[in-house]
Amino acid sequence: MAIDIQKIRSDFPILHSEVNGHPLTYLDNAATTQKPQSVIEAITQYYTTYNSNIHRAAHHLSSLATEAHESGRRTVQRYINAEHEHEIIFTRGTTESINLVAFAFGEAFVNPGDEVIVTQMDHHSNFVPWQMMCERRQAHFRVIPFDENGELQLEVYENLLSEKTRIVAFNHVSNSLGTVNPAKKMIDMAHKVGAAVLVDAAQSVQHIAHDVRALDADFYAFSGHKMYGPTGIGVLYGKERWLDAMPPYQSGGEMIDLVTAEKTTYNKLPFKFEAGTPNIVGPIGLAAAIDYLNTLSFEDIQAHEDQLLAYGRERLLEIEGLRIYGNAKEQSSILAFNIEGIHHYDLGTLLDTQGVAVRTGHHCTQPIMAALGIDGTVRASLALYNSMQDIDALVTAIRKALKMLGR
Amino acid sequence: MESIQALQNEIIEDFSFLPQWEERYAYLIELGQKMEPLIEEYKTEENIVRGCQSTVWLHRECIEGKVHLLADSDSLIVKGLAALLLKVFSGQPAEDVLAADLSFFAETGMDQHLSSQRANGLMAMIEQIKAFAAKCAANEP
Repeated sequence: MAIDIQKIRSDFPILHSEVNGHPLTYLDNAATTQKPQSVIEAITQYYTTYNSNIHRAAHHLSSLATEAHESGRRTVQRYINAEHEHEIIFTRGTTESINLVAFAFGEAFVNPGDEVIVTQMDHHSNFVPWQMMCERRQAHFRVIPFDENGELQLEVYENLLSEKTRIVAFNHVSNSLGTVNPAKKMIDMAHKVGAAVLVDAAQSVQHIAHDVRALDADFYAFSGHKMYGPTGIGVLYGKERWLDAMPPYQSGGEMIDLVTAEKTTYNKLPFKFEAGTPNIVGPIGLAAAIDYLNTLSFEDIQAHEDQLLAYGRERLLEIEGLRIYGNAKEQSSILAFNIEGIHHYDLGTLLDTQGVAVRTGHHCTQPIMAALGIDGTVRASLALYNSMQDIDALVTAIRKALKMLGR
Repeated sequence: MESIQALQNEIIEDFSFLPQWEERYAYLIELGQKMEPLIEEYKTEENIVRGCQSTVWLHRECIEGKVHLLADSDSLIVKGLAALLLKVFSGQPAEDVLAADLSFFAETGMDQHLSSQRANGLMAMIEQIKAFAAKCAANEP
Protein backbone atom coordinates (compact mmCIF):
# COMPACT_ATOMS: atom_id res chain seq x y z
CA MET A 1 0.00 0.00 0.00
CA ALA A 2 1.42 3.36 -0.99
CA ILE A 3 2.06 5.90 1.75
CA ASP A 4 -0.30 8.84 2.12
CA ILE A 5 2.05 11.71 1.35
CA GLN A 6 -0.44 14.45 2.25
CA LYS A 7 -1.05 12.86 5.65
CA ILE A 8 2.70 12.56 6.26
CA ARG A 9 3.35 16.16 5.23
CA SER A 10 0.68 17.32 7.65
CA ASP A 11 2.66 15.65 10.47
CA PHE A 12 5.68 17.93 9.89
CA PRO A 13 4.75 21.51 10.85
CA ILE A 14 7.80 23.20 9.29
CA LEU A 15 6.89 21.94 5.82
CA HIS A 16 4.04 24.42 5.74
CA SER A 17 6.26 27.45 6.22
CA GLU A 18 7.36 29.98 3.63
CA VAL A 19 10.93 30.92 2.78
CA ASN A 20 11.72 34.10 0.86
CA GLY A 21 8.06 34.45 -0.02
CA HIS A 22 7.79 30.96 -1.48
CA PRO A 23 6.41 27.76 0.04
CA LEU A 24 9.35 25.80 1.45
CA THR A 25 10.71 22.98 -0.71
CA TYR A 26 13.02 21.18 1.68
CA LEU A 27 15.59 19.05 -0.11
CA ASP A 28 18.49 19.13 2.34
CA ASN A 29 17.57 16.01 4.24
CA ALA A 30 21.00 14.41 4.15
CA ALA A 31 22.17 17.37 6.26
CA THR A 32 19.26 17.11 8.65
CA THR A 33 15.63 16.03 8.43
CA GLN A 34 12.61 17.90 9.74
CA LYS A 35 10.76 16.63 12.81
CA PRO A 36 7.20 15.34 13.08
CA GLN A 37 4.87 16.92 15.63
CA SER A 38 5.07 13.78 17.79
CA VAL A 39 8.84 14.26 18.27
CA ILE A 40 8.40 17.93 19.11
CA GLU A 41 5.67 17.01 21.60
CA ALA A 42 7.72 14.26 23.26
CA ILE A 43 10.51 16.78 23.89
CA THR A 44 8.12 19.45 25.14
CA GLN A 45 6.38 16.96 27.39
CA TYR A 46 9.69 15.92 28.94
CA TYR A 47 10.63 19.50 29.78
CA THR A 48 7.18 20.52 30.96
CA THR A 49 6.28 17.49 33.05
CA TYR A 50 9.23 15.30 34.15
CA ASN A 51 12.59 17.00 33.55
CA SER A 52 15.08 15.49 35.99
CA ASN A 53 18.52 13.95 36.12
CA ILE A 54 18.60 10.22 35.62
CA HIS A 55 20.06 7.02 37.07
CA ARG A 56 20.72 8.68 40.43
CA ALA A 57 18.09 10.50 42.43
CA ALA A 58 15.53 8.67 44.51
CA HIS A 59 12.65 10.91 43.56
CA HIS A 60 9.61 10.45 41.39
CA LEU A 61 10.57 12.70 38.45
CA SER A 62 13.97 11.09 38.21
CA SER A 63 12.50 7.63 37.91
CA LEU A 64 10.09 8.83 35.20
CA ALA A 65 12.98 10.43 33.28
CA THR A 66 15.21 7.37 33.75
CA GLU A 67 12.48 5.06 32.50
CA ALA A 68 11.77 7.21 29.43
CA HIS A 69 15.48 7.53 28.61
CA GLU A 70 16.13 3.81 28.98
CA SER A 71 12.96 2.95 27.13
CA GLY A 72 14.48 4.95 24.25
CA ARG A 73 17.44 2.59 24.33
CA ARG A 74 15.13 -0.40 23.95
CA THR A 75 13.28 1.30 21.08
CA VAL A 76 16.61 1.80 19.27
CA GLN A 77 17.61 -1.79 20.05
CA ARG A 78 14.44 -3.10 18.42
CA TYR A 79 14.74 -0.73 15.44
CA ILE A 80 18.19 -2.04 14.49
CA ASN A 81 17.57 -5.54 15.86
CA ALA A 82 20.49 -5.57 18.28
CA GLU A 83 20.79 -8.63 20.49
CA HIS A 84 21.26 -6.74 23.77
CA GLU A 85 20.00 -3.46 25.14
CA HIS A 86 23.46 -2.68 26.56
CA GLU A 87 24.95 -2.82 23.07
CA ILE A 88 23.27 0.54 22.39
CA ILE A 89 25.47 3.45 23.45
CA PHE A 90 24.16 6.98 23.25
CA THR A 91 26.48 9.60 21.81
CA ARG A 92 26.19 13.13 20.40
CA GLY A 93 25.93 11.81 16.88
CA THR A 94 27.59 9.66 14.24
CA THR A 95 30.83 11.63 14.50
CA GLU A 96 31.20 10.95 18.20
CA SER A 97 30.21 7.30 17.72
CA ILE A 98 33.01 6.84 15.19
CA ASN A 99 35.54 8.75 17.28
CA LEU A 100 34.68 6.55 20.23
CA VAL A 101 35.44 3.38 18.29
CA ALA A 102 38.51 4.83 16.57
CA PHE A 103 39.92 5.69 19.99
CA ALA A 104 38.87 2.77 22.16
CA PHE A 105 39.18 0.01 19.54
CA GLY A 106 42.52 1.49 18.52
CA GLU A 107 43.79 1.44 22.09
CA ALA A 108 42.69 -2.16 22.59
CA PHE A 109 43.44 -3.82 19.28
CA VAL A 110 45.58 -1.76 16.89
CA ASN A 111 49.35 -2.06 17.08
CA PRO A 112 52.28 -0.74 15.00
CA GLY A 113 52.23 -2.22 11.50
CA ASP A 114 48.52 -3.13 11.62
CA GLU A 115 46.17 -1.86 8.93
CA VAL A 116 42.89 0.06 8.87
CA ILE A 117 40.74 0.32 5.75
CA VAL A 118 38.28 3.07 4.85
CA THR A 119 36.87 4.17 1.50
CA GLN A 120 37.42 7.11 -0.82
CA MET A 121 33.72 7.94 -0.49
CA ASP A 122 33.57 8.25 3.27
CA HIS A 123 32.51 11.44 5.00
CA HIS A 124 35.40 13.21 6.73
CA SER A 125 33.93 12.00 10.02
CA ASN A 126 34.52 8.39 8.97
CA PHE A 127 37.91 9.16 7.46
CA VAL A 128 39.87 11.55 9.69
CA PRO A 129 39.28 9.73 13.04
CA TRP A 130 40.81 6.57 11.51
CA GLN A 131 43.67 8.53 10.00
CA MET A 132 44.39 10.07 13.42
CA MET A 133 44.16 6.68 15.11
CA CYS A 134 46.61 5.23 12.59
CA GLU A 135 49.08 8.03 13.35
CA ARG A 136 48.69 7.43 17.06
CA ARG A 137 49.00 3.66 16.84
CA GLN A 138 51.58 3.68 13.99
CA ALA A 139 49.23 1.68 11.82
CA HIS A 140 48.77 1.91 8.05
CA PHE A 141 45.78 3.75 6.63
CA ARG A 142 44.33 2.16 3.46
CA VAL A 143 41.65 3.57 1.16
CA ILE A 144 39.32 1.67 -1.19
CA PRO A 145 38.81 3.77 -4.36
CA PHE A 146 35.55 4.08 -6.29
CA ASP A 147 35.01 3.76 -10.03
CA GLU A 148 33.45 6.14 -12.59
CA ASN A 149 29.92 5.11 -11.57
CA GLY A 150 30.61 5.79 -7.92
CA GLU A 151 30.87 2.12 -6.93
CA LEU A 152 33.60 0.84 -4.64
CA GLN A 153 36.28 -1.23 -6.37
CA LEU A 154 35.77 -4.45 -4.48
CA GLU A 155 38.70 -6.19 -6.17
CA VAL A 156 41.00 -3.53 -4.67
CA TYR A 157 39.30 -4.06 -1.31
CA GLU A 158 39.89 -7.80 -1.60
CA ASN A 159 43.60 -7.15 -2.17
CA LEU A 160 43.86 -4.67 0.70
CA LEU A 161 42.42 -7.17 3.18
CA SER A 162 44.96 -9.28 5.02
CA GLU A 163 45.65 -10.79 8.42
CA LYS A 164 47.08 -7.33 9.29
CA THR A 165 43.69 -5.66 8.81
CA ARG A 166 42.22 -4.80 12.21
CA ILE A 167 39.16 -2.83 11.23
CA VAL A 168 37.28 -1.72 8.11
CA ALA A 169 35.02 1.36 8.16
CA PHE A 170 32.68 2.46 5.38
CA ASN A 171 29.39 4.24 4.87
CA HIS A 172 26.40 2.13 3.90
CA VAL A 173 25.11 5.04 1.79
CA SER A 174 27.38 7.81 0.51
CA ASN A 175 26.22 11.29 1.50
CA SER A 176 27.74 12.79 -1.65
CA LEU A 177 26.99 10.17 -4.30
CA GLY A 178 24.03 8.24 -2.93
CA THR A 179 25.79 4.94 -3.64
CA VAL A 180 24.44 2.03 -1.61
CA ASN A 181 27.51 0.00 -0.74
CA PRO A 182 27.24 -3.82 -0.57
CA ALA A 183 27.55 -3.81 3.20
CA LYS A 184 26.83 -7.46 3.89
CA LYS A 185 29.32 -8.63 1.30
CA MET A 186 32.01 -6.21 2.53
CA ILE A 187 31.46 -7.28 6.13
CA ASP A 188 31.73 -10.96 5.24
CA MET A 189 34.97 -10.30 3.34
CA ALA A 190 36.46 -8.50 6.36
CA HIS A 191 35.37 -11.21 8.77
CA LYS A 192 37.17 -13.82 6.68
CA VAL A 193 40.50 -12.20 7.63
CA GLY A 194 39.38 -11.62 11.21
CA ALA A 195 38.87 -7.84 10.88
CA ALA A 196 36.07 -5.95 12.60
CA VAL A 197 33.75 -3.64 10.63
CA LEU A 198 32.17 -0.30 11.46
CA VAL A 199 29.23 0.73 9.30
CA ASP A 200 28.54 4.47 9.09
CA ALA A 201 24.75 4.32 8.81
CA ALA A 202 24.12 8.08 9.04
CA GLN A 203 22.61 8.12 5.53
CA SER A 204 21.13 4.62 5.49
CA VAL A 205 19.38 3.88 8.78
CA GLN A 206 16.37 6.04 7.77
CA HIS A 207 16.25 4.92 4.12
CA ILE A 208 17.22 1.27 3.67
CA ALA A 209 17.54 -2.00 5.62
CA HIS A 210 19.04 -1.43 9.09
CA ASP A 211 19.26 -4.83 10.77
CA VAL A 212 22.66 -5.05 12.47
CA ARG A 213 22.43 -8.77 13.04
CA ALA A 214 21.44 -9.52 9.45
CA LEU A 215 24.44 -7.42 8.38
CA ASP A 216 26.62 -8.95 11.10
CA ALA A 217 28.13 -5.48 11.67
CA ASP A 218 30.55 -5.19 14.58
CA PHE A 219 29.83 -1.48 15.00
CA TYR A 220 27.01 0.59 13.56
CA ALA A 221 26.82 4.38 13.95
CA PHE A 222 24.07 6.87 13.20
CA SER A 223 22.54 10.23 14.18
CA GLY A 224 19.09 11.03 15.51
CA HIS A 225 18.69 14.29 13.64
CA LYS A 226 19.00 12.69 10.19
CA MET A 227 16.17 10.24 10.97
CA TYR A 228 13.47 12.73 12.05
CA GLY A 229 14.72 12.87 15.64
CA PRO A 230 16.37 15.70 17.59
CA THR A 231 19.92 16.98 17.20
CA GLY A 232 22.63 16.10 19.67
CA ILE A 233 21.72 12.44 20.02
CA GLY A 234 23.46 9.64 18.19
CA VAL A 235 23.86 5.94 18.53
CA LEU A 236 26.76 3.57 18.57
CA TYR A 237 25.85 -0.07 18.36
CA GLY A 238 28.70 -2.45 19.13
CA LYS A 239 28.81 -6.18 19.63
CA GLU A 240 29.07 -6.93 23.31
CA ARG A 241 32.36 -8.83 23.03
CA TRP A 242 34.10 -5.87 21.38
CA LEU A 243 32.65 -3.25 23.71
CA ASP A 244 33.58 -5.33 26.76
CA ALA A 245 37.18 -5.55 25.61
CA MET A 246 37.53 -1.82 24.83
CA PRO A 247 38.67 0.78 27.38
CA PRO A 248 36.46 3.79 28.20
CA TYR A 249 36.56 6.73 25.80
CA GLN A 250 35.83 9.52 28.27
CA SER A 251 35.81 9.43 32.04
CA GLY A 252 33.82 11.07 34.80
CA GLY A 253 30.54 10.39 36.49
CA GLU A 254 28.27 7.52 35.45
CA MET A 255 31.05 5.49 33.81
CA ILE A 256 32.61 4.38 37.10
CA ASP A 257 32.03 1.49 39.48
CA LEU A 258 34.35 2.20 42.45
CA VAL A 259 36.68 5.17 42.69
CA THR A 260 39.62 5.29 45.07
CA ALA A 261 42.95 7.10 44.88
CA GLU A 262 44.64 3.77 44.12
CA LYS A 263 42.35 2.51 41.38
CA THR A 264 39.05 3.10 39.64
CA THR A 265 36.92 0.31 38.26
CA TYR A 266 34.44 0.93 35.48
CA ASN A 267 30.70 0.60 35.23
CA LYS A 268 29.15 -2.11 33.08
CA LEU A 269 27.88 -1.61 29.52
CA PRO A 270 26.52 0.69 28.21
CA PHE A 271 27.39 3.15 31.00
CA LYS A 272 31.11 2.50 30.69
CA PHE A 273 30.96 4.57 27.50
CA GLU A 274 28.50 7.22 28.74
CA ALA A 275 30.49 9.50 31.03
CA GLY A 276 28.70 12.43 32.65
CA THR A 277 25.07 13.48 32.56
CA PRO A 278 23.86 12.35 29.14
CA ASN A 279 21.56 14.10 26.70
CA ILE A 280 18.56 12.96 28.73
CA VAL A 281 15.82 14.06 26.35
CA GLY A 282 17.71 12.92 23.22
CA PRO A 283 16.72 9.25 23.36
CA ILE A 284 13.16 10.27 24.26
CA GLY A 285 12.91 12.34 21.08
CA LEU A 286 14.71 9.70 19.05
CA ALA A 287 12.33 7.01 20.28
CA ALA A 288 9.39 9.21 19.28
CA ALA A 289 10.93 9.46 15.77
CA ILE A 290 11.31 5.68 15.56
CA ASP A 291 7.74 5.22 16.84
CA TYR A 292 6.67 7.57 14.06
CA LEU A 293 8.52 5.53 11.43
CA ASN A 294 6.96 2.39 12.88
CA THR A 295 3.47 3.74 12.16
CA LEU A 296 4.41 3.43 8.47
CA SER A 297 5.58 0.41 6.55
CA PHE A 298 9.30 0.60 5.86
CA GLU A 299 8.77 -1.10 2.48
CA ASP A 300 6.37 1.69 1.58
CA ILE A 301 8.86 4.35 2.65
CA GLN A 302 11.56 2.74 0.51
CA ALA A 303 9.25 2.35 -2.47
CA HIS A 304 8.21 5.99 -2.19
CA GLU A 305 11.79 7.27 -1.91
CA ASP A 306 12.99 5.09 -4.79
CA GLN A 307 10.17 6.38 -6.97
CA LEU A 308 11.07 9.98 -6.06
CA LEU A 309 14.73 9.37 -6.77
CA ALA A 310 13.99 7.89 -10.21
CA TYR A 311 11.65 10.76 -11.02
CA GLY A 312 14.23 13.28 -9.80
CA ARG A 313 16.97 11.82 -11.98
CA GLU A 314 14.68 11.78 -15.00
CA ARG A 315 13.56 15.39 -14.53
CA LEU A 316 17.04 16.72 -13.78
CA LEU A 317 18.55 15.04 -16.83
CA GLU A 318 16.09 16.98 -19.00
CA ILE A 319 18.20 20.06 -18.19
CA GLU A 320 20.85 20.73 -20.78
CA GLY A 321 24.43 20.42 -19.52
CA LEU A 322 23.39 18.83 -16.23
CA ARG A 323 25.56 16.03 -14.95
CA ILE A 324 24.58 13.74 -12.08
CA TYR A 325 27.37 12.41 -9.86
CA GLY A 326 26.76 8.92 -8.58
CA ASN A 327 25.43 6.35 -11.03
CA ALA A 328 25.83 3.18 -9.04
CA LYS A 329 23.47 0.29 -9.71
CA GLU A 330 21.95 0.79 -6.30
CA GLN A 331 21.30 4.41 -5.26
CA SER A 332 19.52 6.00 -2.33
CA SER A 333 18.03 9.42 -1.62
CA ILE A 334 20.77 11.66 -3.08
CA LEU A 335 20.70 13.75 -6.27
CA ALA A 336 24.11 15.39 -6.64
CA PHE A 337 24.80 17.39 -9.77
CA ASN A 338 26.45 20.30 -11.54
CA ILE A 339 25.44 22.24 -14.62
CA GLU A 340 28.07 23.09 -17.19
CA GLY A 341 29.38 26.63 -16.79
CA ILE A 342 27.41 27.28 -13.60
CA HIS A 343 28.98 27.50 -10.16
CA HIS A 344 27.24 25.35 -7.55
CA TYR A 345 27.18 28.20 -5.05
CA ASP A 346 25.37 30.51 -7.50
CA LEU A 347 22.80 27.85 -8.28
CA GLY A 348 22.24 26.95 -4.61
CA THR A 349 21.84 30.63 -3.68
CA LEU A 350 19.33 31.29 -6.43
CA LEU A 351 17.36 28.17 -5.47
CA ASP A 352 17.20 29.48 -1.91
CA THR A 353 15.65 32.76 -3.07
CA GLN A 354 12.90 30.62 -4.56
CA GLY A 355 12.28 28.69 -1.36
CA VAL A 356 14.18 25.57 -2.44
CA ALA A 357 16.66 24.36 0.20
CA VAL A 358 19.60 22.31 -1.11
CA ARG A 359 23.21 22.07 -0.08
CA THR A 360 26.20 23.11 -2.12
CA GLY A 361 29.92 22.50 -1.71
CA HIS A 362 32.06 19.46 -1.03
CA HIS A 363 29.68 17.94 1.56
CA CYS A 364 32.56 17.03 3.88
CA THR A 365 33.90 14.59 1.32
CA GLN A 366 36.96 16.27 -0.17
CA PRO A 367 38.49 12.94 -1.31
CA ILE A 368 35.40 12.37 -3.48
CA MET A 369 35.61 15.84 -5.00
CA ALA A 370 39.33 15.36 -5.68
CA ALA A 371 38.63 12.04 -7.43
CA LEU A 372 35.93 13.68 -9.56
CA GLY A 373 38.13 16.70 -10.27
CA ILE A 374 35.53 19.20 -9.02
CA ASP A 375 35.30 21.46 -6.01
CA GLY A 376 31.68 20.84 -5.18
CA THR A 377 28.18 19.90 -6.30
CA VAL A 378 24.60 20.92 -5.74
CA ARG A 379 22.95 18.22 -3.67
CA ALA A 380 19.23 17.64 -3.35
CA SER A 381 18.55 14.93 -0.78
CA LEU A 382 15.23 13.25 -0.16
CA ALA A 383 13.17 12.20 2.82
CA LEU A 384 9.91 10.31 3.20
CA TYR A 385 7.82 13.52 3.22
CA ASN A 386 9.11 14.76 -0.14
CA SER A 387 6.73 14.62 -3.07
CA MET A 388 6.82 14.72 -6.86
CA GLN A 389 5.83 18.38 -6.49
CA ASP A 390 9.08 19.02 -4.62
CA ILE A 391 11.04 17.63 -7.57
CA ASP A 392 8.99 19.74 -9.98
CA ALA A 393 9.63 22.83 -7.81
CA LEU A 394 13.36 22.07 -7.87
CA VAL A 395 13.45 21.76 -11.65
CA THR A 396 11.38 24.91 -12.17
CA ALA A 397 13.64 26.84 -9.79
CA ILE A 398 16.77 25.56 -11.56
CA ARG A 399 15.42 26.74 -14.92
CA LYS A 400 14.72 30.19 -13.52
CA ALA A 401 18.17 30.36 -11.88
CA LEU A 402 19.78 29.45 -15.20
CA LYS A 403 17.96 32.33 -16.88
CA MET A 404 19.21 34.70 -14.19
CA LEU A 405 22.74 33.44 -14.71
CA GLY A 406 22.51 34.15 -18.43
CA ARG A 407 21.80 30.64 -19.70
CA MET B 1 37.37 60.37 -5.72
CA GLU B 2 34.25 59.99 -3.60
CA SER B 3 34.61 58.95 0.01
CA ILE B 4 34.02 55.40 1.22
CA GLN B 5 30.85 56.56 2.94
CA ALA B 6 29.52 58.30 -0.19
CA LEU B 7 30.15 55.15 -2.22
CA GLN B 8 28.39 53.05 0.38
CA ASN B 9 25.43 55.39 0.26
CA GLU B 10 25.25 54.86 -3.50
CA ILE B 11 25.04 51.10 -2.98
CA ILE B 12 22.38 51.52 -0.32
CA GLU B 13 20.39 53.66 -2.74
CA ASP B 14 20.82 51.20 -5.62
CA PHE B 15 19.55 48.40 -3.42
CA SER B 16 16.59 50.45 -2.24
CA PHE B 17 15.26 50.33 -5.81
CA LEU B 18 15.44 46.53 -5.69
CA PRO B 19 13.13 45.38 -2.90
CA GLN B 20 13.11 41.69 -3.89
CA TRP B 21 16.14 39.52 -3.20
CA GLU B 22 15.74 37.92 -6.60
CA GLU B 23 16.28 41.35 -8.17
CA ARG B 24 19.25 42.00 -5.91
CA TYR B 25 20.90 38.77 -6.94
CA ALA B 26 20.22 39.60 -10.57
CA TYR B 27 21.97 42.93 -9.91
CA LEU B 28 24.94 41.21 -8.22
CA ILE B 29 25.19 38.76 -11.11
CA GLU B 30 25.19 41.67 -13.54
CA LEU B 31 27.98 43.37 -11.58
CA GLY B 32 29.89 40.09 -11.64
CA GLN B 33 29.43 39.70 -15.38
CA LYS B 34 30.58 43.29 -16.02
CA MET B 35 33.71 43.09 -13.92
CA GLU B 36 36.90 42.61 -15.93
CA PRO B 37 38.30 39.11 -15.44
CA LEU B 38 41.56 39.06 -13.53
CA ILE B 39 44.62 38.52 -15.72
CA GLU B 40 46.05 35.02 -15.36
CA GLU B 41 49.32 36.12 -13.75
CA TYR B 42 47.37 37.53 -10.82
CA LYS B 43 45.49 34.26 -10.29
CA THR B 44 48.14 33.01 -7.93
CA GLU B 45 47.85 30.71 -4.95
CA GLU B 46 48.82 33.72 -2.81
CA ASN B 47 45.87 35.75 -4.05
CA ILE B 48 43.27 33.07 -3.24
CA VAL B 49 41.01 34.02 -0.34
CA ARG B 50 40.49 30.97 1.86
CA GLY B 51 37.21 30.10 3.46
CA CYS B 52 34.92 30.25 0.46
CA GLN B 53 32.93 27.62 -1.41
CA SER B 54 33.96 29.36 -4.59
CA THR B 55 37.46 30.35 -5.54
CA VAL B 56 38.11 34.04 -4.99
CA TRP B 57 41.26 35.83 -6.09
CA LEU B 58 42.08 39.19 -4.59
CA HIS B 59 45.00 41.13 -6.04
CA ARG B 60 46.26 43.95 -3.80
CA GLU B 61 48.58 46.85 -4.49
CA CYS B 62 49.65 49.75 -2.30
CA ILE B 63 50.53 52.84 -4.33
CA GLU B 64 51.38 56.05 -2.53
CA GLY B 65 49.42 55.06 0.54
CA LYS B 66 46.36 54.06 -1.42
CA VAL B 67 44.88 50.58 -1.62
CA HIS B 68 44.28 49.28 -5.14
CA LEU B 69 42.31 46.09 -5.60
CA LEU B 70 41.39 43.66 -8.36
CA ALA B 71 39.30 40.55 -7.87
CA ASP B 72 37.77 37.58 -9.61
CA SER B 73 35.75 34.50 -8.73
CA ASP B 74 34.34 31.44 -10.45
CA SER B 75 30.99 32.28 -8.85
CA LEU B 76 29.14 35.19 -10.44
CA ILE B 77 27.35 36.14 -7.22
CA VAL B 78 30.60 36.19 -5.27
CA LYS B 79 32.19 38.18 -8.07
CA GLY B 80 29.33 40.67 -7.76
CA LEU B 81 29.95 40.93 -4.01
CA ALA B 82 33.64 41.47 -4.70
CA ALA B 83 32.69 44.20 -7.19
CA LEU B 84 30.84 46.03 -4.39
CA LEU B 85 33.89 45.83 -2.14
CA LEU B 86 36.15 47.08 -4.92
CA LYS B 87 33.80 49.96 -5.66
CA VAL B 88 33.94 51.05 -2.03
CA PHE B 89 37.60 50.37 -1.21
CA SER B 90 39.79 50.36 -4.31
CA GLY B 91 41.75 53.58 -4.79
CA GLN B 92 41.03 54.80 -1.25
CA PRO B 93 43.69 55.96 1.23
CA ALA B 94 44.78 53.01 3.37
CA GLU B 95 43.88 54.82 6.60
CA ASP B 96 40.34 55.36 5.36
CA VAL B 97 39.99 51.68 4.42
CA LEU B 98 41.20 50.69 7.87
CA ALA B 99 38.83 53.04 9.64
CA ALA B 100 35.82 52.31 7.43
CA ASP B 101 32.66 50.94 8.95
CA LEU B 102 30.93 48.84 6.34
CA SER B 103 27.44 50.11 7.03
CA PHE B 104 26.01 49.07 3.68
CA PHE B 105 25.69 45.43 4.72
CA ALA B 106 23.39 46.27 7.59
CA GLU B 107 21.57 49.04 5.70
CA THR B 108 20.72 46.81 2.75
CA GLY B 109 19.88 43.85 4.96
CA MET B 110 22.64 41.91 3.25
CA ASP B 111 24.10 40.88 6.61
CA GLN B 112 20.84 39.15 7.50
CA HIS B 113 20.22 37.65 4.12
CA LEU B 114 23.66 36.37 3.24
CA SER B 115 23.60 34.08 6.23
CA SER B 116 26.19 31.79 4.70
CA GLN B 117 28.82 34.49 4.69
CA ARG B 118 31.37 31.87 5.51
CA ALA B 119 30.40 30.09 2.30
CA ASN B 120 30.54 33.13 0.06
CA GLY B 121 33.75 34.33 1.66
CA LEU B 122 32.62 37.92 1.97
CA MET B 123 33.95 38.25 5.52
CA ALA B 124 37.23 36.63 4.53
CA MET B 125 37.61 39.16 1.68
CA ILE B 126 36.95 42.10 4.01
CA GLU B 127 39.45 40.76 6.54
CA GLN B 128 42.10 40.43 3.84
CA ILE B 129 41.45 43.94 2.54
CA LYS B 130 41.65 45.42 6.04
CA ALA B 131 44.84 43.51 6.83
CA PHE B 132 46.39 44.75 3.61
CA ALA B 133 45.29 48.32 4.34
CA ALA B 134 47.05 48.11 7.72
CA LYS B 135 50.29 47.11 6.00
CA CYS B 136 49.86 49.76 3.33
CA ALA B 137 49.22 52.46 5.94
CA ALA B 138 52.33 51.39 7.83
CA ASN B 139 54.35 51.55 4.59
CA GLU B 140 55.24 47.89 4.74
CA PRO B 141 55.86 46.15 1.45
